[in-house]
Amino acid sequence: MERDTHFILGVYEDEDVLLHAVKEVRSTGVKIHEVYSPYPVHGLEHVLGYKRSRLPIAAFLFGMLGTSLALTMQFYMMKFDWPMIIGGKDFAAFPDFIPVSFEMTVLLAAFGMVGVFMVSSNLKPWAQPRIFDVRITDDKHVMAIDIANNSSMEVEKIKEILKSSGATEVNNKSFE
Amino acid sequence: MQVTSSVRQPLVTGGKTYHDVTHDVSRQVEGKPSLAWFLAFLTAAGVLALGSIALIATLWEGIGMWGLNKTIGWAWDITNFVWWVGIGHAGTLISAVLLLFRQKWRTSINRAAEAMTIFAVICAAMFPVIHMGRPWLGAYWALPLPNTFGSLWVNFNSPLLWDVFAISTYFSVSLVFWYIGLIPDFATIRDRATGLRKTIYGALSFGWDGAAKTWMRYESVSLILAGLATPLVLSVHTIVSFDFATSVIPGWHTTIFPPYFVAGAIFSGFAMVLTLMIITRKVFKLEDYITMGHIELMNIVIIITGSIVGIAYITEFFIAWYSGVEAEQYAFINRATGPYWWAYWSMMTCNVISPQLFWFKKIRTSIVATFLLSLVVNIGMWFERFVIIVTSLHRDYLPSSWAMFYPTWADVGVYLFTFGLFFTLFFLFAKFFPVINMAEVKSVLKSSSEKAAK
Repeated sequence: MERDTHFILGVYEDEDVLLHAVKEVRSTGVKIHEVYSPYPVHGLEHVLGYKRSRLPIAAFLFGMLGTSLALTMQFYMMKFDWPMIIGGKDFAAFPDFIPVSFEMTVLLAAFGMVGVFMVSSNLKPWAQPRIFDVRITDDKHVMAIDIANNSSMEVEKIKEILKSSGATEVNNKSFE
Repeated sequence: MQVTSSVRQPLVTGGKTYHDVTHDVSRQVEGKPSLAWFLAFLTAAGVLALGSIALIATLWEGIGMWGLNKTIGWAWDITNFVWWVGIGHAGTLISAVLLLFRQKWRTSINRAAEAMTIFAVICAAMFPVIHMGRPWLGAYWALPLPNTFGSLWVNFNSPLLWDVFAISTYFSVSLVFWYIGLIPDFATIRDRATGLRKTIYGALSFGWDGAAKTWMRYESVSLILAGLATPLVLSVHTIVSFDFATSVIPGWHTTIFPPYFVAGAIFSGFAMVLTLMIITRKVFKLEDYITMGHIELMNIVIIITGSIVGIAYITEFFIAWYSGVEAEQYAFINRATGPYWWAYWSMMTCNVISPQLFWFKKIRTSIVATFLLSLVVNIGMWFERFVIIVTSLHRDYLPSSWAMFYPTWADVGVYLFTFGLFFTLFFLFAKFFPVINMAEVKSVLKSSSEKAAK
């Protein structure tokens, strides 16, 4: 990764203007680095061309792991390791094992998925995020364009494209 | 471009802009606490300190400090446990079930309701833990940990053990759900702050930057967590009701318990949400976010669940008679006309009759009436658990061992302790955390606020 990066930022006020702007900017061939918003904008991931998140698959797999662990644990403990007659029931009283299996499925699915989400989005207490504009978490949407990724195009030309797409401000931002 | 409906009430009133939302919610966190907050917090902390005397006495002397006897082995403690767990059902119901049903009005209330859920579950979990007598050994009795007895494992056939798994899962999943929602809002406060506050909220915000890709994953995670939490919230009170329903005690041994307990839990949970929200919106001046529309919708949920609970009470009675089992019939006649008749009729009045007042629009859109009725419902739901638990036990199989339950000062004190804990935590939350989910309110603002729609 480069240490020094320079960005052009288009600031948008309205989510619908933003959605059109993303389509427009992409159609001119400018590569968008990322769009930052104060709240989830529906349809933004589609116009940016992001693939569907695979987090549901992670949740399913972790859930399966939870079910298998819970059932293995209960059958092992109750049937094989220390069988006891409780209320005249079978040692392997499967219906009785359903509640704990369900709870452990939910527990592992939830924690597994959230863990994957944290790792994949680099969310951690000591993370130092690149804050393009402090108003992103307030009321502005910001489209960031990495100049190095768009070397075939003039900076001024990119700025013009952003302006004409409805950006209320066009700024420069550099990170060391 | 945006349609402002003339039929539907706006979700947020007062023509708020996105910045107004940020400002109105964040100023609570950033400003000096008000005198009202200080008084409320000190009262709660005082109750906590007072109650802790009873808690320490119980831990020191053992549960002989409580009013339990050989006939009534479960009374206030389990009543309080079920009551708090029930209250802890509204938060996840609001954030998960209403998310799946796409009820956008949930956005202004889900944060505080989830916080309430988490605190209520902490209070609930205290009772079974204390009732273990020696809670410092509790992990061996409650969890399948290898031990020096063999290993002699916990009993997976027992509903009490299912409860351990259900409640700890519910608590941890609710906590994660709540925290994921808090991350973007902590980032908002971080970006407005300087100095130490920026460092603290920066760490709490986990380096959130608002990228579209992160939001996409965030939405995906919220949806799946809602999908997981919905059966979870239903399973928790179902399993709590199994504590009773799988026994052979007349009055407990009924198949109606799971749906009846779940409805009762939602009923009492919404009542507690209303109690807290009516105070919060007033103290923090959030009337434009938690509107009369929200209060009315919650009151409608209360009518529905209250009616389900009412039907369950009557069904139980009918089935006891219809079963032809004398012990079962006696248990119910004794509930309504025995020495605990006053508890039974308090329950019937508070839970079945009084919520029906919400059929009148005047009453369900009145703040004062809603506040009073929410307290009545909470009292009624406490009596429901007391009636189910104590009246089913106090006249058991041998008339020579029939008994009454009298709470001691330690019973009352430990209950007070949980009240103190609940409100202390809630007031701390209300001061230091954003009480309204700013990001989610912003996402529904455009369709609901005239100024933002322009």
